[in-house]
Amino acid sequence: MKNCEYQQIDPQALPTPTPTPTPTPTPPSQPCPEKTKKQQRKWEIFPGKNRFYCDGRIIIARQSGVFPLTLGIILITSGLFFIFDCPFLVKHLTSGIPVIGGVLVVFVVISLLQTSFTDPGILPRATPEEAADIEKQIDNPGSSSSSSSYRPPPRTKEIVINQQVVKLKYCFTCKIFRPPRTSHCSLCDNCVERFDHHCPWVGNCVGKRNYRFFYCFIVSLSFLTAFIFGCVTTHLALRSQSGTGLVDALQDSPASAIELVVCFFSVWSILGLSGFHTYLVASNLTTNEDIKGSWSGKSGSEDTGNPYSHNSIFKNCCVVLCGPMPPSLIDRRGYVPEDSLPNATVEIQLPAAKNDVNVVGKVPSQGL
Amino acid sequence: MLSGPRTATDRSKLPFCHESFHNLQELRHSASLANKVFIQRDYTEGTICRFQTKFPSELESRIERSLFEDTVKTLNNYYAEAEKIGGQSYLEGCLACTTAYLIFLCMETRYEKVLKKISRYIQEQNEKIYAPRGLLITDPIDRGMRVIEISIYEDRGSSGSSSGSSSTTSSSGR
Repeated sequence: MKNCEYQQIDPQALPTPTPTPTPTPTPPSQPCPEKTKKQQRKWEIFPGKNRFYCDGRIIIARQSGVFPLTLGIILITSGLFFIFDCPFLVKHLTSGIPVIGGVLVVFVVISLLQTSFTDPGILPRATPEEAADIEKQIDNPGSSSSSSSYRPPPRTKEIVINQQVVKLKYCFTCKIFRPPRTSHCSLCDNCVERFDHHCPWVGNCVGKRNYRFFYCFIVSLSFLTAFIFGCVTTHLALRSQSGTGLVDALQDSPASAIELVVCFFSVWSILGLSGFHTYLVASNLTTNEDIKGSWSGKSGSEDTGNPYSHNSIFKNCCVVLCGPMPPSLIDRRGYVPEDSLPNATVEIQLPAAKNDVNVVGKVPSQGL
Repeated sequence: MLSGPRTATDRSKLPFCHESFHNLQELRHSASLANKVFIQRDYTEGTICRFQTKFPSELESRIERSLFEDTVKTLNNYYAEAEKIGGQSYLEGCLACTTAYLIFLCMETRYEKVLKKISRYIQEQNEKIYAPRGLLITDPIDRGMRVIEISIYEDRGSSGSSSGSSSTTSSSGR
């Protein structure tokens, strides 16, 4: 009876030493000097490919892509606009132009920074006990002892949402069944809720928590680009009208030429992107779902539709952009808990000795 | 330091089962973790946060079904309140949009307020109902809102057979 009690603890204890870096490897190895060692914050042992600044307040993907370039282009073009075009336009048109321009630039930069530095909705990885519990549910009870040593085959779980069958996939990295609309980003190595896409311009994934910032960024950027383009064109037109011709106007104000080129090439793509995302917001879709065609009715089957849509453009927009702001699930600035159950760990170590004697099949893996 | 293998005489000297757990501190210090039960999410209504109310078989001998279901239903109601889409959330969203979402840096969102209510509720449930029965609920936010983790504790010495039998039936019970 004593042996039975210890053996029940074993299946839960087993996954703890075996899997690759668990989030809390430190506590068991240092039972005594916990208090003298500086407490780690959770971001310091975060398993995903992210970088953290300001002691965990700011999160960005490790591959920040062209984010510095994006910020640089926006600031430089806006700077050139304010320095070279605004004085002329203020004199000849209205002083409202730099004000509008200033407001737009502020909006663009703030929403860009918020998109890049906010947790997109990362799901923390499963604790070892949770992973073991899921494995137990998937495998047959009889074969669980043999399957624990190799990777189980891909698994899906089917659920019904709004009379629509949705498949939940098992994520081998995070060891969870991904919730609906969640996808694993290979660049960041995290499962992200309501995963839209990984944007290299922004240097972060776009997901549930920062989609509204991203949308605000691209819409305000389209306005800014169009505004600068319009103002620069007006500036050059006014200059060339006052007698000297276009080429001379360009020579007088070379910065305007640069802005013109930048804005001309970016306005189309950014306007296109804004239009595309406006469509996605109105139909409550993600880029991921749209590209994969998850709900577009493959091979003419009429009964597939988006189960998350509220069937009203206005309501979809409100839900996506003005819905409640969900909290960050990864608790970056929390402290890594010291092993709160020292009794449990000692308890678990005891059966190892006993099992050597009892020759239970799982002993070799415990030695890892 | 913990002693070696327990003998029958040692077991009889230790205090009897879960009636001795009067508070969470005592639970943590004098009990050993026997098992953990995970209540998974219920996605039938979409991506909103809801947990399954199905009563797990491991808890059959530990707690009354109605108490457990009440706890889960109350938690589900709290989460529904946090994620409710209505006048107040739109107001909050529009206000945030006009301030370029900077307002999130200074203001606590409605969701966060409800999460605090939830953790107070769970603490209260643990103290009043679960700890006296040798159970402990972990706040779902600590597990990424994926599961409600219920830890089943067993007293060091006695009633080892009852926990043993409930744990062995768990795998077949699924």
